[in-house]
Amino acid sequence: MSKLSIPVGANDHTQGNSSANCTLVEYGDYQCPSCGQAYPIVKKLQKHFGSKLLVVFRNFPLSQMHPWAEPAAEAAEFAGQQGKYWEMHDLLYENQENLGEELFAELATKVGLVPEQLQTAIAEHANHAHIRADFTGGVRSGVNGTPTFFLNGQRHDEAYDFETLSAAIDEILKAKSK
Amino acid sequence: MANILKAGQPAPEFSLNVTPDQKLSLSELLGKPVVLAFYPADFSPVCGDQMALYNEVLPEFQKHGAEIIGISVDGVWCHDAFSKARNLHFPLAADFEPKGEVARAYGAYRPQDGVSERALFVIDKNGVIAWSYISPLAVNPGADGILQALEDLPK
Repeated sequence: MSKLSIPVGANDHTQGNSSANCTLVEYGDYQCPSCGQAYPIVKKLQKHFGSKLLVVFRNFPLSQMHPWAEPAAEAAEFAGQQGKYWEMHDLLYENQENLGEELFAELATKVGLVPEQLQTAIAEHANHAHIRADFTGGVRSGVNGTPTFFLNGQRHDEAYDFETLSAAIDEILKAKSK
Repeated sequence: MANILKAGQPAPEFSLNVTPDQKLSLSELLGKPVVLAFYPADFSPVCGDQMALYNEVLPEFQKHGAEIIGISVDGVWCHDAFSKARNLHFPLAADFEPKGEVARAYGAYRPQDGVSERALFVIDKNGVIAWSYISPLAVNPGADGILQALEDLPK
């Protein structure tokens, strides 16, 4: 079974309780329809497990197939530098079908960023190194497509519907509480 | 699952079409590592399928000076369409006639299905298999094993 080769650390975007007993790491692509389907499921898991779950998102843009995946990742990273990572992350998935320059500018305004600065960050690939590091770390951890989830460092090879994921998380939490 | 060739065995030579009018022989690539990725068929309906993933990981393979070749029993025109649809930047070899002959030579053919296994080979610069791996047909083996094998090659 594949294991996460890069532990969750300071370079990661995390949401939730940092001392939670279960950490869910998602490797995702903003233009991947399957990741779009997983997005509300992760939200539901966060709501369901509350402070017991820490969620981490890492970039795995399949750029050759999804031309907007990398610009969208740049947009999220840029927003992250201004403390707006998750707002941008969520809006990108909620508007996945309209990814493009126009949407990025619109979302920038919506979360309180300067659209021109965001455009520059995308054009100059300002966060390319971070995105590429996420990607290669993912490859080395056995990410073979998107989305790929890791629960406490172990790759989750089963389905990623709410029931399957929440059962897997329950099992981890149960083992931890013993 | 089939018994694929193992590390230490010489990689069987082949010469297959990679475009409608161009052939590629393994021996042409002597002197650099080669990643040979057998897969069952073009156009599998998965997002981020095996070949698309390798396409993204290409810069990492290139850091090792390695060439990657995808290989299936599909014909050249099918490969051509698949390659364009996925925007692939590496060759796909057509193990088409006699069907699956190269897959058989590597022990990676599934006669019951008429396709090759998902089998990976890393061949060193001298044409010797350095690493091989067979994955269940439904499981995309990813690229971590290939990268590890390339790293482990003697410099």
